[in-house]
Amino acid sequence: MNIIVNAQPHEVTGQTLAEILLELGYDSPALATAMNGSFVPRTAREATTLNSGDQIEILAPMQGG
Amino acid sequence: MQFYGTEVPCPLLLGTAQYPSPQILKDAIKASGVDVITVSLRRETADGSGAGFWNTLHDLGCHILPNTAGCHSVQEAVTTAHMARELFGTDWIKLEVIGHADTLQPDVFGLVEAARILCSDGFKVFPYTTDDLIVGEKLLTAGCEILMPWGAPIGSGQGLRTPDALRSMRAHFPDVPLIVDAGIGRPSDACKAMELGMDAVLLNTAVAKAGDPVLMAQAMAQALTAGRSGYLADPMEPRDMAVPSTPILGMAELA
Repeated sequence: MNIIVNAQPHEVTGQTLAEILLELGYDSPALATAMNGSFVPRTAREATTLNSGDQIEILAPMQGG
Repeated sequence: MQFYGTEVPCPLLLGTAQYPSPQILKDAIKASGVDVITVSLRRETADGSGAGFWNTLHDLGCHILPNTAGCHSVQEAVTTAHMARELFGTDWIKLEVIGHADTLQPDVFGLVEAARILCSDGFKVFPYTTDDLIVGEKLLTAGCEILMPWGAPIGSGQGLRTPDALRSMRAHFPDVPLIVDAGIGRPSDACKAMELGMDAVLLNTAVAKAGDPVLMAQAMAQALTAGRSGYLADPMEPRDMAVPSTPILGMAELA
């Protein structure tokens, strides 16, 4: 399945958001996720299944003003 | 001073971006006695580059105020706020809905709408707004308990472009915490904001891009304290003409 993660295309085998995070090496606890513009809470990642073309955003803490 | 029921003694709120090094950021925070620092969220890489900053944040012991910097739509800002709440474990959010790429001026229409959505969802919203009184009223109606008018465009260091409007805000919203957010360049700008009756100042670039950020952080904190005392001390009104301060009575005739 082809999906977009942080604006980059990825071919993944996982079916859920939780599986894909692991598959792509995002194992930090300090991550927040969104799918197709909507927030996906940490507790909902395992139950969130993906479809081809879905856009995932994975954000981390960053310096800001 | 209280923000949504949390006591915040230091009137300086400091951004964490653009410092020469993480150590200088830490030293600047320590030197100025800051209680609240702003942070953001950006795309993570698979090597976990955001984790280092995460560890730095925990060491600082400050209240974290995440922002929605760079968001140009209500949906972007609302989604970012939700991600920030989970990531940083706080319902505080510095709400930015940017309307113009060159001036980084707030889109006040989107701002009020995003504030309404977030306040009704339990967020404690710190809205980055203009000095417009009607927008301020609408933000309060939306559920905000703080207003953050800009002093000048973000990162410009121009100081307070509309001090009269800020004075009007103080008079119009006597019981609402007012924080000047953005545009401060020098300690005298920060002092002036407090003399106008503002409760606090949020700044980043003026400290981070100073030649000595630690010394500048300290200077900003001192300027805010002086400005606050000056406001409370009820300054004299300016006069058009000179008035001698030394008594005339008893003056010798020596001519």
